[in-house]
Amino acid sequence: MKRTQKENLIKGFFCLPASLSIFFLLGIVMVLFKEGLPIFKVTSLKEFLFGKFWYPTYEPPEFGILPLILGSFLVTFGALVISVPLGVAGAIYISEVASPKIKEFIKPVIELLAGIPSVVYGFFGMVIVAPQVAKIFNLAVGLNAFTASLILGIMAIPTITSISEDAISAVPKKFKEASYALGANKWETILRVILPAAGGGITTAVILGMARVYGETMTVLMVAGGAAVIPHSFFEPVRTMTATIAAEMGEAVAGSTHFYALFAIAIVLFVITLSFNILADILSQRFRKRLG
Amino acid sequence: MKRVILVIVALAFTLSLKIASVHAEKKLVIQGSTTVLPIAQKCAEVFMQKYPEANISVRGGGSGVGIAALIDGICDVATSSRPIKDKEIKKAVERGVDPVAYVIAMDGIAVIVHPSNPVNELTLSQLKEIYTGKISNWGELGGKNQKIVVISRDVASGTFECFNKLVLKKQRVRPDALLQASNAAVASTIKRTKGAIGYVGLGYLSSEVKALKIEGILPSEDTVLKGTYPISRPLFMYTNGKPKGLAKDFVGFVLSKEGQRIVKEQGFVPLK
Repeated sequence: MKRTQKENLIKGFFCLPASLSIFFLLGIVMVLFKEGLPIFKVTSLKEFLFGKFWYPTYEPPEFGILPLILGSFLVTFGALVISVPLGVAGAIYISEVASPKIKEFIKPVIELLAGIPSVVYGFFGMVIVAPQVAKIFNLAVGLNAFTASLILGIMAIPTITSISEDAISAVPKKFKEASYALGANKWETILRVILPAAGGGITTAVILGMARVYGETMTVLMVAGGAAVIPHSFFEPVRTMTATIAAEMGEAVAGSTHFYALFAIAIVLFVITLSFNILADILSQRFRKRLG
Repeated sequence: MKRVILVIVALAFTLSLKIASVHAEKKLVIQGSTTVLPIAQKCAEVFMQKYPEANISVRGGGSGVGIAALIDGICDVATSSRPIKDKEIKKAVERGVDPVAYVIAMDGIAVIVHPSNPVNELTLSQLKEIYTGKISNWGELGGKNQKIVVISRDVASGTFECFNKLVLKKQRVRPDALLQASNAAVASTIKRTKGAIGYVGLGYLSSEVKALKIEGILPSEDTVLKGTYPISRPLFMYTNGKPKGLAKDFVGFVLSKEGQRIVKEQGFVPLK
């Protein structure tokens, strides 16, 4: 066998799994649209996206998912407020400040957080955090957007920390040395040189953390309370799109309008996640350009 | 040589037919209500221990899913926590399926509150007003001046469907009601929330929550069976036509003394 032939064979072999995942993605997207689009025979896109009431099994049914979309965004926003500062600060500490010994200990511990199943977080939130939240803020019930944000924020920390840490470590040593040579101290170097240089990676980290929170299902189902109303504050129970699908898909009859509506929610989820990813791509490229 | 092959093929064919038919006789698929699931599951286990040649698979999915599966010929026995709907009967007739109902147990839905709540009883119309949003403070019901935290189930569950029909008369639950995805989750939330009200199957009552009297009657096996407790319902198994073979034996087993003991063990109310 000639060398080029061999090369091509190996290329083909590695091309297979890569194209397989594209194949699966296409299959999933097709099924989503095939099962989701029939709902728009019953309701219009505008009523679906901006309707304020979700009563899928009543006569006549109402399929308004605005409360669910806002619930998803509110919880995601709250979780980011908690996880971004903690996650990025943690990454700076690990890569720039901590001694190698501490770094060796703290990094695996943070990554361990990512290994805890979401149902365990949910259970913890429901049994321990929610009653405390209710007591501290004097609320009737502790299952609300605030508690959900708190727990999801903790869940997103490992994603944000480990990707940001990789980005910070990848900043060329020359940058740091040049900064010190110009007389900047450690704090100035981190803030003015390293963070901007690692900006693209950190943005990617934040957006991946956001996607993690936004797509999380089990925890929000257990902790967020599940009221399908347009939220007015963080201390009200909310329902997310993911939780609605999880709670109702099990018993929705295949081929019913309710079933189609749940798939249509999945389409909305998919489109929003896709835009997150595209946004992450654009932002990180813009950062790269700025660095030259 | 050709003839030998032909004979072998023919033999194999008849043999496989025979195996298939034997197999079909001993296989039973049960599908439907998640409420009935524990009964069906446990009964199938005990039944298979007694008759090892039987192969019973039990699946959940919900009452609607079970009946749809029966109509489509995917399952032999459909379990349901509600009577079959007219729409479903029509569909069944179109497909040449004749659903026959067996009541296999009774289920009561208890209305529960936090043990510290001084309210002991409600009428059906008060309960309806709480869930539709007309009453929102325990003070209006003779309790403390405290907001009522309304807890409901996901709209697709059999328990919700029953509560919706018997209590809400199909009116909408207030949209800000909390949603929990299982009986256990409702009970667990009530236990930790002072102003909360919720509803669960009779099997989920414990000392950590307080069951309310409805129309003056406390939910219990006795009142559910007599039909005096207003939020109670029969649980069904449906077969296509009069059951034959394994399906007949299995439904018979569920209705037998032993089957009804399992019903009771699983937290439901036996018929006798």
